[in-house]
Amino acid sequence: MTESVRLNRGSSDVAVIGGGLVGLCIALGIQRQGQQVTVYDEGDIALRASRGNFGLVWVQGKGDNLPAYTRITRLSAKLWGGLAEDLTQHTGIDIQLQQRGGLFVCLSESELNSRQQMLEKMAAEHPQGYPFDVLDLQQLRELIPEIGPEVAGATWGPEDGHVNPLYLLRALVARFESLGGKLVNAGQVSNIIPKKSQFVLQSEQGEFSCNKVVLTAGLGNKSLGPMVGIDAPVFPNRGQVLIAERVKPFLNYPTGHVRQTVEGTVQCGDSKEDVGFDTGTTTDVLAQIAHRATTMFPLLKDVNLIRSWGALRIMTPDGNPVYQQSEQYPGAYLVTCHSGVTLAAAHAGPIADWIATGIADPAIDLEKFHGSRFQL
Amino acid sequence: MAADFSFNRLPCHERAEVEITVEGQKIFALEGETVAAAVMHAGLRPTRTTPVSGSGRAPYCMMGVCFDCLMNIDGKPNTQACMTEVREGMVITVQTGAREVSGGDV
Repeated sequence: MTESVRLNRGSSDVAVIGGGLVGLCIALGIQRQGQQVTVYDEGDIALRASRGNFGLVWVQGKGDNLPAYTRITRLSAKLWGGLAEDLTQHTGIDIQLQQRGGLFVCLSESELNSRQQMLEKMAAEHPQGYPFDVLDLQQLRELIPEIGPEVAGATWGPEDGHVNPLYLLRALVARFESLGGKLVNAGQVSNIIPKKSQFVLQSEQGEFSCNKVVLTAGLGNKSLGPMVGIDAPVFPNRGQVLIAERVKPFLNYPTGHVRQTVEGTVQCGDSKEDVGFDTGTTTDVLAQIAHRATTMFPLLKDVNLIRSWGALRIMTPDGNPVYQQSEQYPGAYLVTCHSGVTLAAAHAGPIADWIATGIADPAIDLEKFHGSRFQL
Repeated sequence: MAADFSFNRLPCHERAEVEITVEGQKIFALEGETVAAAVMHAGLRPTRTTPVSGSGRAPYCMMGVCFDCLMNIDGKPNTQACMTEVREGMVITVQTGAREVSGGDV
């Protein structure tokens, strides 16, 4: 995806390290503030969550242990329509955003009850309102006639949706470059040297200088962060995804485990494994994913599977994002999260604005996302 | 130059004829042939239309890789015609767009 540009030296106002969804959204937003941005991407060998993810723009349940995360998630979901419109209008790429609500389907009463309790607890923490609904099987069948008889019910989030994450990545690159942004296939950035009022990045492709540096390297932030005085205890969490052939539309709403794309492809997933940096797939986990999917939608039983893959989520100890400027080296920032799709509009909007201008919108509760919360 | 889209069988050892139905028409294929070879020899084009744009497709790789030869074979949608041998009495239709997932199609 990235152009192989060989540059031994280069400089820019702002350097963003990592050309995935997070980095490109931040870069696009900073660029809108009139600053020259260069994105240094590792290249196609990168562990790219942006290519392996499920494509949900998901609100329900996010931030059950941090109300500020719920708020920024909902803010992003609200801003998403504008981002999608901008990208489609200027790049001609339809990123297939749909925000008509989403379902988390539960197979047992106890699963449904605990999910309901979690959402009720969250609603209590958001006195201005936290919309959700709990549907029994009959109510669920009115939304999705094809739902299986062994399903207990579902929780409904009216703010949920989904998007095509691959078109999104492509559109972000196109928009960024059309506005004069530079995307450099730099190989891995191996060192960041803070100097007086600037930073020097070293990679196998050369040295690059910048006034500000933003670390959006996903799992790479773990080693890059300390170079600018930020501790980023991120670790990988693998999700496996199963893709079935394109079929006539039967699922009008995304669910936490199964979604159908605009083209008809059925995507199944939501496994969570602690297996280090292994991006492979395993038969037992894929079988569990398939079993859950066919229990939810029995009609999938004779649909052909065509692909599967594993991809690594970028997790923090509490599952919530880190947005932080280095105290030791002001001008260095770190951004990490495991929901680069959902938070795309917040990253391209208020988070990028904060990095570009130094002024944080109070709506994003910036201090709540500081990495110092992990130092107990 | 006018393109010639017809396919001809090369000389081969004796094989029994197999009667199959393609888009409602009875044709003869040879035992051991794939459905893809039989429908191409019969001149059927396209053999499927795509789910997204509806444009026409025909068998391409003939070795199970490209999935462009998907057809409805004996009621089973999206079946790879190049990986399926003809059988007496087989009923084959064009795969039109995305397959159904419910209601008598399977």
